Amino acid sequence: MLRYVLGRLWQSAILLLLVSFIGFVVLSLAPGGPLSQFALSPGMTQEQLDRIAEQMGLNRPVIIQYLEWLRHMLAGNWGVSYRDGQPVLKIIGSHLFATLLLMVTSTILAVSIGSTIGIVSAIRRGSVFDYTMTVLAMVALSIPTFWFGLVAIYVFSLNLGWFPAGNMYTAGDGSILDYARHLVLPAMVLALVDLAIWSRYMRTATLNVINQDFVRTARAKGLPRRRVLFKHIVGNALIPMITLAGLQLPTLLGGALVTETVFTWPGMGRLFLDSLGYSDYPVVMGLLMTSAIFVVIGNLAADLTIALIDPRVRLE
Amino acid sequence: MTDDPNRNSPFRPSRRTALRLMGAGAGALMLPSAIGRSAALAAGADATGQLILAFSQEPTVFNPFMPHIEVDEGIHFAVFDTLFTFDPKGELYPVLVTEVPTVANGGISADGLSWKIKLKEGVTWHDGTPFTAEDVKFSLELPVDPDFRSWRTTGYNLMKDITVVSPTELTWTMTQPFAPMAAVLGSTWIVPKHAFDGVADRNSAPFNNAPIGTGPFVWKERMAGDHIRLEANPDYHGEGPFIKTLIVKYIPDLNVMYTQFKSGDVDVVGLQWITPDHYEEAKALPGKTVEIAGAGSFESFALNMMRPQFQELAVRQALYAAIDKQSIIDALYYGIPQVTETYMPQQSYYYNPDLPKHEFNLDTANKLLDDAGWAKGPDGIRAKDGVKLSFTNSTTAGNHLREQAQQFIQQTFKEIGVEMTISNLPPAVMWGEFWMQSQFDTCIVGMNTLLGADPDNSDYFMSANSAARGGAGQNTTCYQNPEVDALFKQGGETFVPEDRKPIYQKIQELIRHDLPLLPLYQYAVVKGRKENVTGPVPNVNNRIDTWNVNTWKM
Repeated sequence: MLRYVLGRLWQSAILLLLVSFIGFVVLSLAPGGPLSQFALSPGMTQEQLDRIAEQMGLNRPVIIQYLEWLRHMLAGNWGVSYRDGQPVLKIIGSHLFATLLLMVTSTILAVSIGSTIGIVSAIRRGSVFDYTMTVLAMVALSIPTFWFGLVAIYVFSLNLGWFPAGNMYTAGDGSILDYARHLVLPAMVLALVDLAIWSRYMRTATLNVINQDFVRTARAKGLPRRRVLFKHIVGNALIPMITLAGLQLPTLLGGALVTETVFTWPGMGRLFLDSLGYSDYPVVMGLLMTSAIFVVIGNLAADLTIALIDPRVRLE
Repeated sequence: MTDDPNRNSPFRPSRRTALRLMGAGAGALMLPSAIGRSAALAAGADATGQLILAFSQEPTVFNPFMPHIEVDEGIHFAVFDTLFTFDPKGELYPVLVTEVPTVANGGISADGLSWKIKLKEGVTWHDGTPFTAEDVKFSLELPVDPDFRSWRTTGYNLMKDITVVSPTELTWTMTQPFAPMAAVLGSTWIVPKHAFDGVADRNSAPFNNAPIGTGPFVWKERMAGDHIRLEANPDYHGEGPFIKTLIVKYIPDLNVMYTQFKSGDVDVVGLQWITPDHYEEAKALPGKTVEIAGAGSFESFALNMMRPQFQELAVRQALYAAIDKQSIIDALYYGIPQVTETYMPQQSYYYNPDLPKHEFNLDTANKLLDDAGWAKGPDGIRAKDGVKLSFTNSTTAGNHLREQAQQFIQQTFKEIGVEMTISNLPPAVMWGEFWMQSQFDTCIVGMNTLLGADPDNSDYFMSANSAARGGAGQNTTCYQNPEVDALFKQGGETFVPEDRKPIYQKIQELIRHDLPLLPLYQYAVVKGRKENVTGPVPNVNNRIDTWNVNTWKM
């Protein structure tokens, strides 16, 4: 087990190194660069731009810039943003809170409601409930999030006035209740799509289990319905879900760009887009590495969890 | 970021001997203060309420001497003060000085080389430290500190012997007369010297993320990616502030910004404003004031005058006649921008209202080309002496309205036997060498060629200022007209605004006649605010909505 984990970590380190190198080079090759936003400014001359580039070290060869970045990174120094001069880790940290608040809330909603719908649909396959949920899930999956977002704002904010039209909290307030009020619409919108996905997966996973021999055996030996459902059916149906959850972990941290934009939520998705737009290399690289690390961790965690709960799987 | 290669006042060093702006300053002194600056000062301590101002870009640079974009100046105007700046009429008014230095009041010597300014007394920084001439000296020297990553050195690099005569008096000399100096100072925010005491690296001074100013609002907190909170400065030395808390909110999507304006979450819609397609609806919103405000930029169809196709005036006139400006404005821009015949904003004192009016007429266009001997070939495209009337047109890729305008122009051109191929580029490529070195055939471009409120834009139209012809400057159409050159020279040596006016009006007339660029329209934006908010006033001479935020009330 330990050997397996160490092996995986070693592979991951190489993978991360590769990701960072490719990311850095591709970023540097993109047209524009951090100074292009200033090139359009009144009175800017090439001479002044060259001076700034030199001060920022942007005139050095890409490979040198990369090695420099890597050296600092390995020493725990993720650099400072070109835009506001703040340390990259601090910037990521401040956006991470907003993203986690939104994503964790919506994921809890999506997983709990979605799984329940999936299980019930599978057990009552072919019922009116099953068909209704299937249709609704298809609708939810095929309509873009921004549309849901705008409709939610239109109905619940502009017309009914129940919830604010956006933002994470009211400037000057910021109580827990205030956060909660702001959280309802975006979390609901975001959960809707995830919920549809989870319900579909859960339905399929449950169906795969429901006709297995061991379920029939459990029923045949007279176990109570409830026990068969929760212990034998749901328990086994959850196994593929864990892999799915592991893959979802980085998404959780990556934020939801569209929802964040519609509801002016200051999360990671918007940070990534903004940083990319301004060619804020240190922040973009920081975000890239963070999400790469979480992809690796998520996968590893999912594999290990499966090994723990599924006696059929052995890690060697 | 906008796609204008030169949005707003370009402080290009035209390096000519005139003291134009000082002349403008002298004019300002003779006129009564335009915006009631002498009104009784309201104590900032009585300020009430919270106002939410939304921008579609995020202010991130709070040291005004570091490289920044216009939205950052939205914060600079609130936290800091300039020595003096431009009002909507283009006149300079004093902020930290007791009066704007001019030749008439002795603040500037007749040769423009010696400057003397007198500062207001009793001004303090937000941390209570007294504001003195030492701070001004520090601020004027900071941009040329070789270790400092400064925004621009233009103008500051010509100042020498900056001398603190007394805590409220400062003098300096210029190594050469530099007309735009007043405009440069008009957007120079003064920073506190003591904030940099003992700071080894000024590029990463704590001040840069926790600015201390003398301005109407005090920096409180920034939530990155979301908003900045400012509080009224109870000891502000000027008028106001009247608002207790100013929240500058970052809303990147313009539809979302408009929705939040509608729902009441946003009090004032700032930079990038309300999109034209929402104008009709916005006007009818209860409890909101929605207005169209002229902007300093103008849109044009720029021609590269080095290309053989555009050598004849008849061709340029024909192309102009074949552009259906009004339909483009009405159909694509909801009728909001105003047709124009010149680069000069219609709000400007120097605007020439008597220029010939453009008329869309394909018959006229065809006749002009027929008469000039441009005959249609078998492919339906006109040609003369082996030169085909065929060219590319470029603009910023992704600017959808412009791309639609481009296709519209392409169609009407086709009807007169002119072939226009579209070749658009991403902004960073488009407005780089491709534009500066005149590598284009034609471009659709939005720009502001003016320097604050000064009418001089010789940098864009004088023969010597074309990079493609070996000069240095922004004359990217490579326009050449000796008469215009002479007028620019004359205008540069004339001090009194009344005398300058006919000169610059004549220049507009000549450029309108020669058509190195086909003027389309002057930009206008749709501004919105809650009915009970007063104070936001458009100002084509300053870059951002908050230029007078100290006078805002609600």
